[in-house]
Amino acid sequence: MTNHVETQDASVAGEATRGFTEILALYHGFGRGAQRIEVIENCEFKLKPGKLTVMIGPSGCGKSTLAKLLAGYLHPDEGSLLIDGRHIAGPGKDRLMVFQESALFPWMVNEENALYGLLASGQVGAGARQRVTALMDRVGLGRFRHKYPGALSGGMQRRLEMVRALVNEPALFILDEPFRGLDAMTRTLMQEHFAQMFEEGRRTALFITTDIDEALLLADEILVMSSRPMKVTRRITVDVPRPRTVAGMIKDERMKHIKVAVTKALYSEAIKAFDGSSRAVAAAGFEKFLDTTQ
Amino acid sequence: MTPHANTHPGAIGRWRTLPSAGRRAAVSLIVMLLAWELIAHSPRLFGFEVPYLGVLPAPSAVIGEWVMLLGDAHYWGSWYLSFTRVFAGFISALLLGVPLGLWFAISPTMRNLFFPVFEMLRPVPPIAWVPAAIIFWPTQELSIISVIFLGAFYTITLNTYNGGRRVDLAIIQSARSMGASRSNIFRRIVLPGTLPSIVAGAAIGMGITWEVVVAAELISGGNGGGGGGLGLFMWDAYLAGNHEQILVGMLSIGLAGYFSSGLLRRFGGLLTPWLSRN
Ligand SMILES: Nc1ncnc2c1ncn2[C@@H]1O[C@H](COP(=O)(O)OP(=O)(O)O)[C@@H](O)[C@H]1O
Ligand SMILES: [Mg+2]
Repeated sequence: MTNHVETQDASVAGEATRGFTEILALYHGFGRGAQRIEVIENCEFKLKPGKLTVMIGPSGCGKSTLAKLLAGYLHPDEGSLLIDGRHIAGPGKDRLMVFQESALFPWMVNEENALYGLLASGQVGAGARQRVTALMDRVGLGRFRHKYPGALSGGMQRRLEMVRALVNEPALFILDEPFRGLDAMTRTLMQEHFAQMFEEGRRTALFITTDIDEALLLADEILVMSSRPMKVTRRITVDVPRPRTVAGMIKDERMKHIKVAVTKALYSEAIKAFDGSSRAVAAAGFEKFLDTTQ
Repeated sequence: MTPHANTHPGAIGRWRTLPSAGRRAAVSLIVMLLAWELIAHSPRLFGFEVPYLGVLPAPSAVIGEWVMLLGDAHYWGSWYLSFTRVFAGFISALLLGVPLGLWFAISPTMRNLFFPVFEMLRPVPPIAWVPAAIIFWPTQELSIISVIFLGAFYTITLNTYNGGRRVDLAIIQSARSMGASRSNIFRRIVLPGTLPSIVAGAAIGMGITWEVVVAAELISGGNGGGGGGLGLFMWDAYLAGNHEQILVGMLSIGLAGYFSSGLLRRFGGLLTPWLSRN
């Protein structure tokens, strides 16, 4: 194993030793000939065990593609993905993905949904059932154990998906814009829930978002991605203790600096989508925006 | 535009749940029967015959005939015969159509090999199969049932196939990433995911079987074959010039179809509890 250093600096809980993820010289594209688009080009990064890494980048840059490569639904054109030193060759129980769309099973009651992974692999015991019950109570779904997902609100469905993912105890948690499409209030609540659940379990996690505040609220580390073809343009460590709040972030000097750094890095990528005179207009607008944050 | 023009789809459902819905249905039924009764007696009442409709037997006469038939073994025998045929044809369509549809849905090889043949035979109406079925099958009963079978088979297969293909890929991927085996995914994800489409296909198929059974019975019994059933019951009434009995036959088939569909909906609802509200 080559990850001694990595595991040491993340020695928060026992779980923290799993999920060390390496992405090496990764290339991926879609289509052939004139239709060909390169989506990921020479992308390299590592996910530290027990850390919550937030990946942020302009939409359409290739974040979901990377998530699918990590989940094993896609195979890379070139390069390698390793988790705890093993190559990712296909979908596996060591990684679990929570999508931006709900992927609950409508025909199973909520408790069954949470237990499905364990049931399917014949690992369900009384302990697992108790854990599901406890987790569902924790996230306010206790009364809905024997109801179908269709009876849940959007926010509740996401919470159930979190429970389901946690119960499966993946080494790596992949969350692809899991709170997109929720209303602002629910979204804030979900972020708090998630941060809390993460603090308790300390599982290696990759959280994908396009929202700067969400990134700042959750991240131990932020990866700012370039526009397509995607690679990491900046890596920023956020060593501010959780729980964090939006109000607290406005006052905290470190947070303010980090926000400006992330915003600048993101901006220089986003502006590539504009051309000619519209770029100048966009640049002027951005300067004004930076003034208000400082 | 009238204010009714923008009535949204939920309106019908809401109308059904109105407490007065039953009363309205009763009122409409009574008004219709009264109008029909008046029209049937128009020559005596108004001194002229209402065009076309005037030749109808009066509802009172039809109901009288019907009440009389309730004690008639032949009438109930017709019901029984049609029901057993529909049941046999429908069940065999279900037993063959569902697996075939699922197979089409999950296996590209199967789809490439047999779907073109399936699609070519599908537009041939079941009734057009009657002559061939009579030649092909050794007994008249089998010919009738095979035609009924075809009526439901295509619809059930096609609905199952479409439903199977529409099962959300994200859901299947998420099951896969939790380490579920292929057979587990088929049983616990693909099959229940397709079930609503199977139920819908079965309901449509059931409607078609009742359309087909009567025609098949009419045609096969027409040349003195005498296969029985509600279709032949009507044909005999026509030959005998008994207009009341023709109408009794029509209404009986309507009722039979209504009961079968109702039963199927009940059963389908039990199989897909997650689709009902709450
Ligand atoms: N299966 C696919 N076939 C062709 N192009 C794709 C496919 N999936 C994604 N893309 C393209 O790759 C780019 C990145 O997509 P995606 O990874 O979904 O971006 P993001 O999640 O960052 O918004 C987009 O331009 C998208 O159109
Ligand atoms: Mg995406």
